[in-house]
Amino acid sequence: MRADLEIINDWIQPNSRVLDLGCGKGELLQHLIGNKNVHGYGLEIDPANINLCIENGIPVLDHDIDKGINNFEDLSFDVVVMTHALQQFRRPDLLLDEMLRVGKECIITFPNFGHWRNRLHLGLKGYMPVSEFLPYNWYDTPNIHFCTFKDFEILCREKGINIIRSAAVDGNLRDHWWIKAMPNLFSETAIFHVSR
Amino acid sequence: MPDTIPADSVGIVSPQIAKFDAPLALSCGKELMQYQLIYETYGTLNANHSNAILICHALSGDHHAAGYHNMEDSKPGWWDSAIGPGKAIDTNTFFVVSLNNLGGCCGTTGPTSINPATQTVWGADFPMVTVEDWVESQTRLADQLSIQCFAAIIGGSLGGMQVLQWSIAHPKRLKSAVIIAAAPKISTQNIAFNEVARQSIRRDPNFHEGNYTAAKAIPADGLGLARMLGHITYLSTDSLGTKFGRKMRHDQYQYNYDVEFEVESYLRYQGEAFSHRFDANTYMLMTKALDYFDPAARTGGDLAKVLEPATCDFLLVSFTTDWRFSPARSEEIVDALIKAGKHVSYAKIETSQGHDAFLFPLPRYMNALRSFLTRTKKKPVKEPNNAR
Repeated sequence: MRADLEIINDWIQPNSRVLDLGCGKGELLQHLIGNKNVHGYGLEIDPANINLCIENGIPVLDHDIDKGINNFEDLSFDVVVMTHALQQFRRPDLLLDEMLRVGKECIITFPNFGHWRNRLHLGLKGYMPVSEFLPYNWYDTPNIHFCTFKDFEILCREKGINIIRSAAVDGNLRDHWWIKAMPNLFSETAIFHVSR
Repeated sequence: MPDTIPADSVGIVSPQIAKFDAPLALSCGKELMQYQLIYETYGTLNANHSNAILICHALSGDHHAAGYHNMEDSKPGWWDSAIGPGKAIDTNTFFVVSLNNLGGCCGTTGPTSINPATQTVWGADFPMVTVEDWVESQTRLADQLSIQCFAAIIGGSLGGMQVLQWSIAHPKRLKSAVIIAAAPKISTQNIAFNEVARQSIRRDPNFHEGNYTAAKAIPADGLGLARMLGHITYLSTDSLGTKFGRKMRHDQYQYNYDVEFEVESYLRYQGEAFSHRFDANTYMLMTKALDYFDPAARTGGDLAKVLEPATCDFLLVSFTTDWRFSPARSEEIVDALIKAGKHVSYAKIETSQGHDAFLFPLPRYMNALRSFLTRTKKKPVKEPNNAR
């Protein structure tokens, strides 16, 4: 399982109702359903991913999240998860509000644009970072709202969102002391567990 | 006419008849004292009778869903694209049962059958039947075939409504429900279309208040007109436009009421062909069954509450250009299932074909169907590679 998914898996209580926004191939849900008796649904827009989820018996809904999630009722899920997708939506801030309307808690992961390598790329070389982790050019990237670990903390503060916990890890899920000390500089992936 | 039977066809099939002598109480308050259902089966029922799939047909469908009746058949059954060895509904794995519903005109008891009480054709006297009645009659067919629990029940459009009803009324008798291009109840607009269809039949001078058989007449014009109207609503603006555009019969306008545009000729042909193969009373009954279906009515519109008893896994499928049963209508069912905490997956298929798309073997649609029917739940997950 992908590194950030393992941490999320640890943060979700058994028997929870989970909504996974942009569930991809359904790895996280498959794990949660199989090991934690979680009752979950994934939202996905890619036909191949949707089919893979169906094949693996994971409840998946063909749903364009950019068109909203207002069909879900208030607090109808224990946890709403969004992994590596928040930066791809038109209004991440409004989506975050919606996620916290539907779920009692939310877990969000995103690539930390403040990672030192990105800074070097832009600061020294002078062009937008392209890496193994962010393999897109500026013109074809689905990541239209990059933010940093710190940016997200500020957004939460402004919105009065409670950060239950956060984690900062590198691409291999290692959480070295220097990542913990300076997550904004050293983490490749930021993981936030938030509630209202 | 097939020269040879394709390898992925169920081949030559023959319908069978199941007779029932126990009276069936109908929603309308009347009783059918005895009746018969015509059905076909494809594939082999396994030893513990756990591989059966029931196909529920739509408005003008019948029991002949796959294969050919003989080598002279011009076309295979109506869902041959999905049912057969190696196809999405794989008859190497599943035993498929497909029947003609009560009120039908293809061998099941309906308005064209003989009323045992009068020894004449039922005609207009055949009682109204509903989706609920159909499902009850289908459970009796399942009993006769010794199928306690279906691996899946599948239906499109009006057929999807039967699947929904099965999941609510007989939750223990199906493991999977596939509801395609359906709705929890039809829209006002749909009721309106149905009413125009019925009126065009009823106003045909050959209708004779439904007893046209006794009068040795057929309301072919009215039925044809009803079909023409229906047919337009099954297609999308795009699919009609692409198929015909403003293609004309002649090089220039004729300034008369004969066929000018090819689409007119197409519709006339569709109406004409249908009026010779289908019964007008059956058509009217089927449209009424569509109008009446509204399982959430008994809970004041709370579909999630009605769905509470359901225990099967659901797959819902809709088609982007379907305006007769739009994706939004399927999503009403999806949302209610989520609210009720049921296992549901949903695929919205991009297509230009409108409501009719449910009959076409669109790759994504067929893949979803195949994947759902053969899904493995709680597939063992690889243990995390403890990189920490």
